[in-house]
Order: sequence, then structure tokens, then C-alpha cells
Amino acid sequence: MMPVTQLLLFIVIMVMISPAWGAKDYGLTPKEIAPGTYVLLGQNEHFNFRNGGNIVNTGFIVTEKGVIVIDTGPSRLYGEQLRTAIGKITDQPIVKVFNTHLHPDHILGNQAFEDIQIAALPSTIEGIREQGELFNDSMYRLAGAWMAGTRVVLPTQSVNPGVVDVGGHRLRLIEMDGHSHADLVILDQTTGVLFAADVVFHGRTPTTPHADVTRWMQALDTLSSLKFKLLVPGHGHVVSDSLPIVQTREYLEWLINRLSQAAETGQTMAEVLESDAPSSIAKLAVFREEFQRSVAHLFPDIEAKALGRGRVEQD
Amino acid sequence: MIKLMAPGMLFIFLYCLTPVAHTEEVSPDPLDSVMWKEMRRSLLGDAPVVFDDQVRVLLPGDAEDSMNVPVLVDATALGKVTRLLVFAELNPIHKVLEMEPRQSKPLIGFRIKVQQATPVRAAALTPDGQWHVGGHIVEAAGGGCTAPSLSSDNEDWASRMGEVSGRLWPGDQSTRLRMRIMHPMDTGLVSGIPAFFINRLELQDNAGDLLTRLFLYEPVSENPVITLDLPKLNVVKVQGEDNNGNPVQARILAGLSGDKK
Repeated sequence: MMPVTQLLLFIVIMVMISPAWGAKDYGLTPKEIAPGTYVLLGQNEHFNFRNGGNIVNTGFIVTEKGVIVIDTGPSRLYGEQLRTAIGKITDQPIVKVFNTHLHPDHILGNQAFEDIQIAALPSTIEGIREQGELFNDSMYRLAGAWMAGTRVVLPTQSVNPGVVDVGGHRLRLIEMDGHSHADLVILDQTTGVLFAADVVFHGRTPTTPHADVTRWMQALDTLSSLKFKLLVPGHGHVVSDSLPIVQTREYLEWLINRLSQAAETGQTMAEVLESDAPSSIAKLAVFREEFQRSVAHLFPDIEAKALGRGRVEQD
Repeated sequence: MIKLMAPGMLFIFLYCLTPVAHTEEVSPDPLDSVMWKEMRRSLLGDAPVVFDDQVRVLLPGDAEDSMNVPVLVDATALGKVTRLLVFAELNPIHKVLEMEPRQSKPLIGFRIKVQQATPVRAAALTPDGQWHVGGHIVEAAGGGCTAPSLSSDNEDWASRMGEVSGRLWPGDQSTRLRMRIMHPMDTGLVSGIPAFFINRLELQDNAGDLLTRLFLYEPVSENPVITLDLPKLNVVKVQGEDNNGNPVQARILAGLSGDKK
């Protein structure tokens, strides 16, 4: 039995270390990475009750004609705190919000920007319409009370890929796919900042719930041919080289080879979950969890193809 | 009221409330499940039961897809096993599958639907009449048993129903069989879709001798993918049926379909 004093101390410490017990604050601190260009870095973790879903990078660009926001975070609360953080940096109004793709950590903060045009690729809007509520439900399960009052707000405008000029920033809107059915990548040709969305992960295991891995690897090849000064990945630190592009590609290649090899050698799905990886891959944040999720997403199809190559006579 | 009682009375009163220790229980349930005693009573009966790590149940800690949770049960460490029973305690339908290993190793891989977080257990009966039980908890968002199968939404599922694909991988000591059978495996828990599932499968060698026998229940995932380790052989006959009497019949041969015979 714990003495009463120890128990009290334990409770005090738990309250201090657990933000979920106090007023919820994501502690968003925009970091200026280029003139007028800010990034808010999330944790390289899985969704949990401590991080409240803040595992994602969001960003904004302050131009002479207003602010452009790139992704809105995992919850209503995040969206609101992002908007407050922007207001502390500039008096410029927010003129446009982009959702790079359908995943919940990028779009569930939309609620805080309902009075502003929210733009996304058409398949992204369709995806959010179909699966947004499902995402919202599972985010409650994973991030708990941080999600309070969050509802799905659909983007209001379709993005046309191409170059647009906003307040002196020439933004190249690039449509890709592979991580999801539609991934919007934004290259600010004025500053050289590439917002690569979840096409690129840095130091964290890529996620595959809607992935077409072959298309994704092609998208990465296209990305490497772009000229940029700084790369903002969807998850992980900002860099000035293409290391995270190489890293993301290396992981995807390993993943697809591992799953194909497992299917061709007769491993059962539960055995595949235990696969070993080379250290350059196993060291990526949340490797085991994300790899196991990817087995669930990708293995059944690969396995069905492998079994379909067998010799069977239907009697 | 209690204040008025003599202290001795209070002691006796409290003592009477303390449950009597259950003498049969050899060790406490390592998964601490509220359903364990009921599962044991209804599925394992009066036979002696021991929790045993030699019954390995491999599954993910968190179900990414609650309609398809991969499971591998491996009781080969026990040696001879006469029955293998798999159940998911907090599923609306507990029994997942039953296996009489016979010539097969007491090992089986498959996927299941889970309705919520649940212990998934395997009980292996050894010839001395002892059940050995292993298991793990899988966390899940749930809904796997009350969601319609994908095929129930697909008009031509019936044209491929019962179709078998599969392969044999010959090893030094045994042959691994992996097969996939097209079937909706509907649980009957979705309004308007009755229970419809493959409930019996027998694997035989080319001469028709029984290798192993399986009884499947509703929680086995749609288009079941089953993994077994059989004796060394080049041909396996699959014979079975669903609960409506539709047959499953195929022969799986070693090699690939592109190979010359």
C-alpha cells in the first residue's frame, strides 16, 4: 500500500505532467523558416492522449495580401490555437486555407477556419466527405478529450493545379498521389520552400492507410526533380536537402519488398507483423506500430496475388 | 446502523461477504478477463485447464482493420494435440474455430472479425486430457462483426463463391499450405443478411486420407485465408461446406500455375 503522502505526491506529479488534466494547450510555436514562412512542428509519435493528435506539421505564409494556411491540424482546438498563433505574428487576415490531403491530422482543425475559403484537390474533398466522420470517431478514441467539439468541415473550393500569385508569392500547386488518392504539394517559388505534405516523412515511419505504394514512389521521383531551398515534410523536421525524400523512398521500397517476399515464401500475416528491418528503417519513429498497420493495409492484396499463382484444380 | 453492531458481529458480517476461494483455479487468468470463467465453463467443460505459454497466440496489439485481424495459433511446443479451440471472449459470437490437428502440426493462421477490444485465446487439448490455454488481448475500434461483408455489397460475389486459391511450400519436415476461399462469411448480426459461413473443412491427401479437420464459425474473416503445416506431400484435397450446404472442393498442387506439368 502507498502511504498517503506518496499517493498525494503521485497525483500532483501526474497532474503536472499530463496536459490532459489541465487546460488543454498544444503549445503551438510557429517557427520562421523563410521570409514570412512559418512552420509548426508536431511530435514524431502516434496519436495519443498526451499529444492530442499533434503529430503533424502545419504551416502558413504571410504575404502582403493576407495569410495562406497549409493544413489545419487534428482537432477544432488545434485549429483555434493555430489561428491565435497566427494572429500573434501578423495582423494580416487569413485569405486561404489549403488541405493537402484527406487525413484527419491535416484537416480536423478546419472548423476554426469556417469563415475562410478552404481549398483542396477534388478527390481530397470527396475522401473527406466519405470518411471524415469515421476519422473523427477514431481520433476521439486515440486522442481523447483534446478532440472535444470537433466536427468535420469540408473544403469549400477545388484546387486547380498550376502557379498562382498571392501577395508576391508565386505558389506552384502540384497534384500528386500515392500517399493518398490526392496529395497537394505546394512549392513557393518565391522563397524556395517546398511544402511536401505527407508525400515525404522525415525520421518517422510513413503511413499507408490509403497508399498506392508504386504511385507514391513515382511521386517521390517527381519531387526529387524539383528545385527547392527548404523542404517541409508532413511529419518530421524541416531540411535543406532531399534526405527525407530518399528516406521515404527507402522505407516504401523495403516495405513492399518485405511484404512480397513474405507472401512468396508462405508466411502467414501474423508472422509478417514480426518482420525484422535493417537498422536504418527500424530506427524510424513508431516503426513497429506503423509497419504493423501497413501490413493490415497492404498485405491482403499482395497475398491474394501470390496465392493466385498457385496450382489449384476446382473439383 | 453498522455503528450499533458489536465489533465482533461486524467482523463476522464482513467475513461472510468474502467470497470463498475457488479451489479448482490453478492460476489467475493472466489476461484478467471478466468472461474467462464463463468461457471455460461453456467451452472447456470440467476438464483440467492450465495457462501455458507453449500455446503461442500471435496477433497485433491493435487491430488496424477490425474485419481482418491476423492470428497465428501455434501449439507445436506441446507435442501431440488432439483438439485446438480458438475463441474471442468479448465478441458477440465467441467461438472462432476448432481444429482436430491429426496429421497436421497444431498450428493455424487465419484472420478474424472483432467487435471490440477482446482477449483472443487458444486452448489446446493434449492426450492426457489437459487443456493448455494461451492468448493475447487485441485492442480494436470495433464493429467488425456487425459490419456487412464487402461481398454482400458486390453483385457478382456468388459467381466466385467457394473458389479456392492456394499454394504448397514444401519444407524439410512438413509442407506449408496457404489457401484462400472466396466466401462472404456473414455473421448474421447485420440486419437483413443472415449468417452465411463456411463451417466445415477437411484436408486430405491424394489417397483421401484425412490430414486435418477444421470447424469454422462466424468470426472468421471474409474470404478466409488459412495457413497450415501439413506432412510432406505434393497434393492436398480440400473438402468442405458452408452452413447452407454449398460445397468447397479443390485440389492444391505443389508448384506454380505457370509451371510445366
